Amino acid sequence: MANPFKALMRAVKGSGDPDASLRPARPAARPLPVAPPVRQTVFPPPHTRPSPALQQFVRSLDTDKQLRLLDLGGANAANIHFMTQLGPRLYSEDFFATLEDCFGDGDYYENQRDPARVDSFLIQTFSEQRGPFDGALVWDCLQFLRPSLLDKTIDHLHRILEPGAHLLAYFYADERAQTIPQFNFKINDEGSLVIAQRSEMPPGQVFTNRNIERLFEDFSSTKFFLSRDNMREVLVRR
Amino acid sequence: MQTTPSRFDAEPQSPSRGATIGKGVSITGQIFSREDLIIDGEIDGTIEAHEHKITIGPNGKVKAGIKAKEIVVIGSVQGNVEASDKIDIRKDARLVGDIKTARISIEDGAMFKGSIDIVRTEAPKPIAKPQPISVPAPAQSIAASAGSDTKR
Repeated sequence: MANPFKALMRAVKGSGDPDASLRPARPAARPLPVAPPVRQTVFPPPHTRPSPALQQFVRSLDTDKQLRLLDLGGANAANIHFMTQLGPRLYSEDFFATLEDCFGDGDYYENQRDPARVDSFLIQTFSEQRGPFDGALVWDCLQFLRPSLLDKTIDHLHRILEPGAHLLAYFYADERAQTIPQFNFKINDEGSLVIAQRSEMPPGQVFTNRNIERLFEDFSSTKFFLSRDNMREVLVRR
Repeated sequence: MQTTPSRFDAEPQSPSRGATIGKGVSITGQIFSREDLIIDGEIDGTIEAHEHKITIGPNGKVKAGIKAKEIVVIGSVQGNVEASDKIDIRKDARLVGDIKTARISIEDGAMFKGSIDIVRTEAPKPIAKPQPISVPAPAQSIAASAGSDTKR
């Protein structure tokens, strides 16, 4: 049984806790780590913007034929509804989900140097698709690939598209931006889109008009549509 | 002689709820259902419920072709799915396979890879009645309901 006097003496000498002898020894208290403040990222609300490139893309589709379209932006109801009403069969591929699966653990861009991961990504994204396709909605997917993976991705797109087919892509126009927005694109009507920012990331490289032209040099034409909201719309013809 | 009801008879079965495959259950093979079916376990094979609704619950992991009147995906499906009426893919669902359906609804946040084939069902033609004067009938449009029930 603990001696209450000894406990009292320890308290007087400065142990500070008369009941200390009654409890098992504890390590000295360390200051609690301070959790970093949680920063809530708030993105601008979705907004509708005109898209002349989309309009040309849609008008380029020969809806009398049984067309096949590839949508790399992941499935959403608006795009499925719009495209299937026009008649084409839609192939949906969630490009960002596959990027996340293949490169998301650790350094995203460093992982894109790993040949095994790159092969896995290309197989998952393109090999299961039943091309050739009569059009591809690529949206802003290409901006988040480092140059070597981007070249391979463009080669695959070239391979799976029919001659004369169009590819619709978007590039952020501010070439000095350290991080660029990543959007969800929903077709509102033939000539407009509802875009909603879903995240922000560093781009895989700087995309100038010249870079983009060089990227699609194996295709037959590249047409740029400039807008006020820092988005370059690019319509590429295979 | 009067028999005591067994404990399985004690609760009257609700015909509207259908059958459930719980999350601790794993099945390999073919499933044919004549009632609505909720799958929260793991299935590897094929699932058919032509006149009924199949729901893949949040814990459901299905590697199977699915055919039903209506299919709701909340969990994970790998395989082709075919619904004569409607497919509903909820937020956080994961579906890898081809879809064939009359109507589709897909929530933001769902992951889908595959092709979408919207089957346009023609409205039943009215029985032709003999008409005294032949008037050219207006062109019948394809059923506008196909794919129109999508969520935005």
